[in-house]
Amino acid sequence: MTIGLGHYLVVAACLFTLGIFGIFLNRKNVIVILLSIELMLLAVNINLVAFSHFNGDLVGQIFALFVLTVAAAESAIGLAIMVVYFRNRGSIAVEDINMMKG
Amino acid sequence: MASALFFYLFAVLAVASGAAVILAKNPVHAVLFLILAFFNAAGLFVLLNAEFLAMLLVIVYVGAVAVLFLFVVMMLDVDFAQLKAGFVKNAKIGALIGGIVLLELIALFGYRGLSLSPAMSPAAPIPAADSGVTNTQALGQLLYTQYVYFFQSAGLILLVAMIGAIVLTLKHRSAVKRQSIAAQVARGPATGLEVIKVPSGGSVIPPAAKHPEVAE
Repeated sequence: MTIGLGHYLVVAACLFTLGIFGIFLNRKNVIVILLSIELMLLAVNINLVAFSHFNGDLVGQIFALFVLTVAAAESAIGLAIMVVYFRNRGSIAVEDINMMKG
Repeated sequence: MASALFFYLFAVLAVASGAAVILAKNPVHAVLFLILAFFNAAGLFVLLNAEFLAMLLVIVYVGAVAVLFLFVVMMLDVDFAQLKAGFVKNAKIGALIGGIVLLELIALFGYRGLSLSPAMSPAAPIPAADSGVTNTQALGQLLYTQYVYFFQSAGLILLVAMIGAIVLTLKHRSAVKRQSIAAQVARGPATGLEVIKVPSGGSVIPPAAKHPEVAE
């Protein structure tokens, strides 16, 4: 039995759906929301690398590299914001983050 | 056959640990399951002949980003049980949205038949396995020539992220006494030394130190 592009796309789709589901399931917890975003970016990377392999085109892997870069920067900034927020308010519950609400 | 076996192993473990990430009660466990998911995704990348990205995923993601997550989760003293409230209520709408997205993806795959059009000519063909060019080499040859500006901008993004994270979290506490190297270096004979003539048989009480930060 041969593993084709479809198999990889199904894995990536499952991971992406799990990421979306995780955001709704844990919408009070910023940490798990950030983890879910990482999961979705991982699914996108699996898609890119699978297409790159089955298309015989290296550019997909280059793009996956940049997605990894942006994901790392995003999680670093997100965690820094969370640390500062926790220092100021003593909580990271999402419903407490409404200071700028009019 | 072996590659199919490994594919199913990695795929099932990746999806299972992805599910465990969002269902774990303890965020530390969630981060550890995320690490497991990244390892399995790296295995999938190896199966796809993307060895460099697989190692990048393990080194950068597991080694840096996931550990950063772990660090922050352990540093923050948060009552996570309280954050879990409303779990079941949120699960319904989450399942609805997630199910819609999954159905859309399945419908898209079914419609396109999961087939690539062979007419597409690759912009940068992957070198053949027997050409002696490794995946890392091929990626480097492409990244440092054709995509060098994108590479530089990626570096700028990382620089901005680094400066931003430092600026956000750096805190200067004024109560803490710190060593002032400039004050120590600028201290000369005029400020650090005083010659006091003591009359024979008498005594002199030295004046209060003018520079308490360099006195002793």
